[in-house]
Amino acid sequence: MSETKILKVEELEKLREEILAGRDPDQQRMTVCAGTGCCASGALEVRDALEEAVQAEALDVPVEVKITGCRGFCEEGPLVSIQPEDIFYTRVQPKHAEQIVKKTFAEGEVVKRLLYRDPTTRKRFTYEHEIPFYKEQQRLLLHDSGLIDPTSIEDYLAIGGYQAFIKAVQELEPEEVIEEVKAAGLRGRGGAGFPTGVKWELCRQAEGDVKYVICNADEGDPGAFQDRSIIEANPHSVLEGILIGAHAIGASEGYIYIRHEYPLAVERLRTAVEAAREVGLLGEDILGMGFDFEINIQLGAGAFVCGEETALIASIEGKIGEPVTRPPYPAESGLWGKPTNINNVKTWASVPYIIKRGSDWYAQIGTESSKGTSIFSLVGKVKNTGLVEVPLGITLRSLIEDIGGGSPNGKKLKAVQTGGPSGGCIPEELWDLPVDYESLQEAGSIMGSGGLIVMDERTCMVDLARYFLEFSKFESCGKCSSCREGSKRMYEILDYITRGYGEEGDIELLEELGQAVKQASLCGLGQTIPNPVLTTIRYFRDEYEAHIQDKRCPAGVCKELVTYYIDPENCVGCALCVEPCPTQSITGTKREPYTINTETCINCGICYEVCNVDAVVVE
Amino acid sequence: MEVELSTVDEIIDRHGLNDKALIPTLLGIQETYHYLPPQALTRVAERMSIPAIRVHQVAEFYKALSLEARGEHIVTVCLGTACHVQGGGRLIDHVARVLHVEPGNTTEDKKFTLEGVNCLGCCNLAPVMTVDGKYYGNMVASKVEKVLDQYRDEEVAVHE
Repeated sequence: MSETKILKVEELEKLREEILAGRDPDQQRMTVCAGTGCCASGALEVRDALEEAVQAEALDVPVEVKITGCRGFCEEGPLVSIQPEDIFYTRVQPKHAEQIVKKTFAEGEVVKRLLYRDPTTRKRFTYEHEIPFYKEQQRLLLHDSGLIDPTSIEDYLAIGGYQAFIKAVQELEPEEVIEEVKAAGLRGRGGAGFPTGVKWELCRQAEGDVKYVICNADEGDPGAFQDRSIIEANPHSVLEGILIGAHAIGASEGYIYIRHEYPLAVERLRTAVEAAREVGLLGEDILGMGFDFEINIQLGAGAFVCGEETALIASIEGKIGEPVTRPPYPAESGLWGKPTNINNVKTWASVPYIIKRGSDWYAQIGTESSKGTSIFSLVGKVKNTGLVEVPLGITLRSLIEDIGGGSPNGKKLKAVQTGGPSGGCIPEELWDLPVDYESLQEAGSIMGSGGLIVMDERTCMVDLARYFLEFSKFESCGKCSSCREGSKRMYEILDYITRGYGEEGDIELLEELGQAVKQASLCGLGQTIPNPVLTTIRYFRDEYEAHIQDKRCPAGVCKELVTYYIDPENCVGCALCVEPCPTQSITGTKREPYTINTETCINCGICYEVCNVDAVVVE
Repeated sequence: MEVELSTVDEIIDRHGLNDKALIPTLLGIQETYHYLPPQALTRVAERMSIPAIRVHQVAEFYKALSLEARGEHIVTVCLGTACHVQGGGRLIDHVARVLHVEPGNTTEDKKFTLEGVNCLGCCNLAPVMTVDGKYYGNMVASKVEKVLDQYRDEEVAVHE
């Protein structure tokens, strides 16, 4: 890293050339995925073990070990990739390090048992791009994530980082940048899908000497982690997008508002900002281009409603995060009453690609009204959980079945929740719908920020609606009575239903309440709170009726409505379930079928979890 | 931990006296003491010239900020959607049984605080539990006791 601050564009280009000249494209390298998912599975220990093994082996050719951001295939982590061959090892543990180094580098062979194996076909894949999970994706933002060390600005510069920013400032007028973003058809990836270029233009045209740009990284949807992954993997791409936007809008100061629950992302962001400042990409007269910009990182303190832009602004100002009425929109009067533009992490990160490769290129990806790629976290009852990037317009079925690999255990998949607590459940019959802003809205859901939670026959839709309402009731800021009281009452009705106290007319009451909350709430949170309830009623009314009329939970989830018993046909008498039972309700003799005492059983489900032969039945 | 006003002052000075520094300052105090001691809140109000009522309002509003003292070890069970559909509810029920404490509360011996959180963002490991920030993925109820024992044993070892 150069010690002195870079003052001119030419000097940055020189630095870039130096970095590239010092790199051998054929360098043997092992990259270890170090996203939160892989780190939680022990990726950093794997990296240390690999480094040690390289030292110990004394190879003829030097092998570099480095970390990268999230590669998306979290299910199979920790992931190790061998470059330049692109060999892809999955579920690597520190104990495998020696073998990897010895076999792959010293003997030039592949460690077969660490290759990904398709659970259905049993086929093993040597290279990342061959694996079905990756094959159907179009990885644009995520492509770079797997190549670079997120803590190294040199790595980002080596792949052409900050060239788009320089181009935007040197070659394009702010209005031209806005036109490019408009022509590309980029829409807000935070969920609502407002055209980004139009938003920027409104803020550019607003009167004011000081303007702000904000990156909304307050990713609060439970079951969504794509924003966190981008920041962890490629923080400079977000920063570059913000710089380009600031130039277009005429802002000289920006904020990145990020959840404190994402410590790794915060740390990587801080490192990136520091590095950018060191080379002179932040501060006054950046690279001698006459453009000043400063960025601040502001931590969220755990309030879901702060994902709403006016609440987020209040939070940065040091107040409680309560939304305010719009208009005026932040574009006119935002942070400290100044014109402010807020975009989501994915939106900002898409900008450098548009400027660099042109709006024509970007606009050819996706559908007529929804352009480009978007990133989804694919989780729940699906084989390949992880982070996927696909062109908008792909069908839900392709996402869930081709990329996600379908059900992990052969159970029937029945719905997918899109858009988190503000979204809705889309039943399996509708999975041929294209994933775009309009189609999802027609189905009663929203695109949201990109969480996709897949559910199977063992998921109770009434319980799920109750779950989301419990979340929303807790997260409602309390300003509007419709949202504050409405969510509470809807939750109570749902809770009663799941506990067997549902009554005739509850469904209709939920529908009526839902409409009222939608219409009478101020912000996006309140207006969308009823969505999970209304969509589950719309598509899974029979489950509600089973709970209310027959006092039965068809999915076997609602504790008060189910009974656990052991099927003597299947029970092998292994006694595995006896010790974990918290109420000692399981008795029997070894190698004979056991029985559950339903009198003392508290329906905790632990026996169901531990049984290896599916002998515990819940009905 | 004794509340030293000099420590509180240090945290305040680190973030500045601007209004926008209020939440970061409170987060800093929370990190140091695991909660917001009343003396610290008064100090913040005085030094930052923010009405005490507003400091209190902010402290109450945000979930990451706690007005009550918490345990030595913070156990969180993820209740995000992915964890919910994979049995996160069963998991937290069981942890509560093992620790003899309801979610949101601290054990009598002040060793553990149990909390449910909405999504830690590693849904592939669902259901997930963390103890002091360390992740335990694919947690089935039957593994809970073993994990928590490590933290109990650790204490025994330290005291010996």
